[in-house]
Amino acid sequence: MALLSVRNLHARVGDKDILKGIDLEVGAGEVHAIMGPNGSGKSTLASVLAGRDAYEVTKGEVLLDGKPLLELAPEARAAEGVFLAFQYPVEIPGVGNLHFLRTALNAQRRVKGLEELDAMDFLQMAKEKSKLVQLDAAFMNRSVNEGFSGGEKKRNEIFQMAVLEPRLAILDETDSGLDIDALRTVAGGVNGLRSPQRAMVVITHYQRLLDYIVPDKVHVMAGGRIIRSGGRELALELEEKGYGWLGLQDGKGAATKGGEARR
Amino acid sequence: MTTDTLQELTRRPYAAGFVSAVEADTFPPGLNEDVIRALSEKKGEPPFLLEWRLKSYRHWLTLREPTWQAVTYKPIDYQAISYYSAPRFKPKKDSLDEVDPEILRTYEKLGIPLVEQQRLQNVAVDAVFDSVSVATTFKDKLAKAGVIFCSFSEAVREHPELLRKYLGSVVPHSDNFFAALNSAVFSDGSFVYIPKGVRCPMELSTYFRINAAETGQFERTLIVADEGSYVSYLEGCTAPQRDTNQLHAAVVELVALEGATIKYSTVQNWYPGDAEGKGGIYNFVTKRGIAHKRAKISWTQVETGSAITWKYPSVILKGDDSVGEFYSVALTNNLQQADTGTKMVHLGKNTRSTIVSKGISAGRGQNTYRGLVKVLKSAENARNYTQCDSLLLGDKCGAHTVPYIEVKNASAQVEHEASTSKIGEDQLFYCRQRGISQEDAVSMIVNGFCRQVFKELPMEFAVEAQKLLGVSLEGSVG
Ligand SMILES: Nc1ncnc2c1ncn2[C@@H]1O[C@H](COP(=O)(O)OP(=O)(O)OP(=O)(O)O)[C@@H](O)[C@H]1O
Ligand SMILES: [Mg+2]
Repeated sequence: MALLSVRNLHARVGDKDILKGIDLEVGAGEVHAIMGPNGSGKSTLASVLAGRDAYEVTKGEVLLDGKPLLELAPEARAAEGVFLAFQYPVEIPGVGNLHFLRTALNAQRRVKGLEELDAMDFLQMAKEKSKLVQLDAAFMNRSVNEGFSGGEKKRNEIFQMAVLEPRLAILDETDSGLDIDALRTVAGGVNGLRSPQRAMVVITHYQRLLDYIVPDKVHVMAGGRIIRSGGRELALELEEKGYGWLGLQDGKGAATKGGEARR
Repeated sequence: MTTDTLQELTRRPYAAGFVSAVEADTFPPGLNEDVIRALSEKKGEPPFLLEWRLKSYRHWLTLREPTWQAVTYKPIDYQAISYYSAPRFKPKKDSLDEVDPEILRTYEKLGIPLVEQQRLQNVAVDAVFDSVSVATTFKDKLAKAGVIFCSFSEAVREHPELLRKYLGSVVPHSDNFFAALNSAVFSDGSFVYIPKGVRCPMELSTYFRINAAETGQFERTLIVADEGSYVSYLEGCTAPQRDTNQLHAAVVELVALEGATIKYSTVQNWYPGDAEGKGGIYNFVTKRGIAHKRAKISWTQVETGSAITWKYPSVILKGDDSVGEFYSVALTNNLQQADTGTKMVHLGKNTRSTIVSKGISAGRGQNTYRGLVKVLKSAENARNYTQCDSLLLGDKCGAHTVPYIEVKNASAQVEHEASTSKIGEDQLFYCRQRGISQEDAVSMIVNGFCRQVFKELPMEFAVEAQKLLGVSLEGSVG
């Protein structure tokens, strides 16, 4: 049984249909990459999986370890092990990064019937995990994402992932806005978190990321559907030939149009 | 969605809303000179005080209720209010044994044990129940340091010379409509005197509780910090849940003599009225301090209660190098209205003031910051920094900022920053995605918003304030 099964998923915002029938199976231990032009629905898919309620699911189902996911509230999905590294991490002024993360972890632990971690044990664990993405200790006590640079925000997302140890991690353009060294660090962090118990869905515009995080499968999304799936070589081919190769209108090549440019 | 959940989160019953069964000695409603004479006699006051009350009353008769503030309410019938209510057992504050056990239980229920050596180890408490101070704890320890901390009535008896010198010296009897009314009919309150050079060995705290129906609470607090002394004073307020409005018109006067520091913190949780706006306390309070040379006065307030709040703790920076601070969190939910802020009046040279105001509006709450920074000609090199932030939860509430700045000296530096933000769906989703429930997320975001103010509160109070905000907000996310 796949860890994540998405079946004929349709979703919309207001009366605009965005996802128009997504099918996706990701097994435990696998890493899948999703590519596709701007506006094709990649972030929407991520948001729907995580339970953002601006999106209305009109058809289809999602199973996590065989259990229906869509009926759960976002926080319940998180406790089941769904983690989303946001394309645009949000700032929460006045709330310390570590305090935030400990509250999150303990909320999840409570749901699982585990004992809450006290401040000391948590701090030690957090320090250990922060090494994975080389996030400086100074960031831990700053307010969540406040005044962080684009790259620091992305590292912070992976740091949170390391602490929360999800079953399913969805990384939405975690590579955009990173310089080359940061890209290596973050990719190293992600690789360090690959495990036979964990599945990852990596959304990216850049095949370059996939040199570091080597995917088991690559999917191309367009117009709210997955129009092509293949192995690692699909990403290389895409980079070489552009989206036009797949018969897409909007074929200007996602590689030149990073998500961050929209900000 | 955000609006519904916010709504849900802010709908939590008022926990302090119970009524205590205490026999009380209450004046019939109504106000005239005879009532004031009777009140003064009941309290065994010296003639100067009765005269002062009558003078205030006569002046009050010439004043009109102010209408400039951004709050609306039905006219108050001052003849329908009772101006005195005291627990029947005349409290003698030498021992808690003589206090009506029902009153002790009331305070215990509120989490304020008056029995010494309990939870608040290093806080001396003066408890004001309806109009009368019922118990002051830790008197002996304070007396050793020379600190006077007692009810206002006791100060009238024991320290008339201090009272005569400072009463009305910061807020004159003629100051404003509600201050004049208070000066005429005030019933009790707290008095503090810290001698020269003494650092008060513990936090001093007064808990105000309105219990009786149809009574007004008019207490006065007077704090005098003599040269080079230090005191931190806390004030907490609650009232039972009733569907009529009750008036609370207090006056607080602070005198910080040369080099003294007074830190005054308030956690106000008067009954705010129900979700339809029925009942609740009208909180019309005059608070002002005067800072002499190198003195510092710091007001910190967390206001979550009252149907209507009308309050502007102020500092007159009279002495050179004096400092005034105002840190405020005001939360309005349902139909609550708050018009609050501060006045910083710079008279001395090199005077500095800081204002940090955080307004939170939920439900249909309306929150107005009204602040005055006044730099007089004499105030060479005065500096002010003002920061006003508003946070909106939902889209039926409002936040308004009304800063007045008057500068008569060109060397002054006055800075004003303001922001308004909404708890974003983005922020909530981010928290929930990490596993934090919606309710906890709101309370976390709001607490983060208030952090600058909370860190000014003494530890015990900071924790209480955070909890209070959480409770007051439950049901308000949508
Ligand atoms: N909340 C929303 N309201 C209205 N339209 C939306 C909303 N969210 C997404 N859309 C629209 O849905 C489409 C897909 O958006 P989405 O963010 O999922 O694309 P994406 O593939 O992640 O793009 P990018 O590569 O630029 O990040 C876009 O046309 C977008 O404008
Ligand atoms: Mg996107």
